[in-house]
Amino acid sequence: MSKSEEIVPKLEKQKISALLSKGERLDGRKLYEYRPITIETDYIKKAEGSAIVKLGNTISIAGVKAEIGTPFSDTPNEGVLIVNTEFLPLASPTFEPGPPDENAIEIARIIDRGLRSSDALDRRRLAIIPGKRVWVIYVDVYVLNHDGNMIDASGIAVLSALLTTKIPVVKIVNDEIEISDEWVPLPMKDRPIPVTMAKIEDKILVDPNIREESVMDYRLTLTINEAENICAIQKGGGGGLSIDDLHQAIDIAIKASREIRKALPSIPDTQDIAYVVK
Amino acid sequence: MIIRKEEKPIKLVDENGIRVDGRRVDEIRKLNIEVGVLKNADGSCYLELGRNRIIVAVYGPREVHPRHLSLPDRAILRCRYHMVPFSVLERKSPNPTRREIELSKVIREALEPAIFLENFPRTTIDIFIEVLQADGGTRTAGISAAAVALADAGIPMRDLVTAIAVGKADGHIILDLNDVEDKYGEADMPIAIMPNVGKITLLQADGVFTPEEFKTALNLANKGIKEVYTKQKEALRKRYLQIKEEVE
Repeated sequence: MSKSEEIVPKLEKQKISALLSKGERLDGRKLYEYRPITIETDYIKKAEGSAIVKLGNTISIAGVKAEIGTPFSDTPNEGVLIVNTEFLPLASPTFEPGPPDENAIEIARIIDRGLRSSDALDRRRLAIIPGKRVWVIYVDVYVLNHDGNMIDASGIAVLSALLTTKIPVVKIVNDEIEISDEWVPLPMKDRPIPVTMAKIEDKILVDPNIREESVMDYRLTLTINEAENICAIQKGGGGGLSIDDLHQAIDIAIKASREIRKALPSIPDTQDIAYVVK
Repeated sequence: MIIRKEEKPIKLVDENGIRVDGRRVDEIRKLNIEVGVLKNADGSCYLELGRNRIIVAVYGPREVHPRHLSLPDRAILRCRYHMVPFSVLERKSPNPTRREIELSKVIREALEPAIFLENFPRTTIDIFIEVLQADGGTRTAGISAAAVALADAGIPMRDLVTAIAVGKADGHIILDLNDVEDKYGEADMPIAIMPNVGKITLLQADGVFTPEEFKTALNLANKGIKEVYTKQKEALRKRYLQIKEEVE
């Protein structure tokens, strides 16, 4: 980060704080109001599933590729889900090329934890030859324009892509795996939605934009599933939060997740699908 | 004893509320903290929590290399959490994994609010956490140890930072998860608090918590934090009484 980007927020903090004390924000939103969300799925035809999500001026694109591979040794009878992200230099003047840094890794791991904890993808149904061959589902998510809250934009993109992904039914003929022409949705069971909040002075707000992020004391992401339980938590940034903040944040996150859930693709009905045919 | 294999226990918490290692649901493992164990470091700490063995060194405030990373108005804080390859049953590659990179970041952010970084412009404070043997809860044990090592280095702090994990196994909310409970339990929530300031500085969770379970877990964490905090203070006091005797 260049020096000017460190100093400007300090000047802006007064303005942001003054507005917040009246319950207002720089871009005219209320404290618990998200920026407009648009989701376009099947954006990349060469991917098994994809989604481009706009959260205000933050844009994230997620693509799903499925391959047949080997299971992890500790879960031999389950398919594999891998979430990856890196920050592209085209998305922000502060991003530089190179392998994923700690911030990119953190985002991918927050999204991954939400999916895993809520058992959103039924990985047991993705075993082809148990112990040997399973579906490996790669989700790669890239931010194209960073205007704050990359976690939620990317989390929504990943979820939307997975909910609309199709993989082929496989047939096992003489111990050989054959790919059929029948494409079916992934066995999705839940929609864990990350809700990221920022604390600035004594106020909690949702979906911080980049200017709010640059002056926030800390951020807190609570991932909320369909049953409105908490399925992942991550505090970020150098500040500390009080127990009262935390209780307040749970209520805010549950309410916000209801709004976001309305914009998401629905969970496909996969009950009667056989992913592997003998 | 060499542990070659750990199998999934039939029950993590039995009908009498006793866990696989004989603890009750609200009990922490045996905790031992030693201060000033590494002569080269400005501050250091060795911590055993159950079978966890963790060693932490603090260097600094010292000159920053590379220099362009230094800040004109405060010290930078750097933290590396690392597990040695033989610390777990299946050898871990010595290269930092994605997990270790994430943990290094959240641990740094857990300690940062406690340190008066503004007292040392243009310098760095480096924290190195090495997990020698891992048995669940290494990030929280690492934080508790690092806070003690920072105090041992004489770095001015607002408060110590004390950490513990809470979680869920067989439907019970449990304190201080061991490896088996972490692996086969339903949920895990590591938490770090500045005990006197009363602020949470690390909070993560995986697994599903209802809002009510979450509140219960938070209260249980507070109990664990108090116990660990007492041990941290005792360890520091013991070390400085020892130094006092040496100089007198």
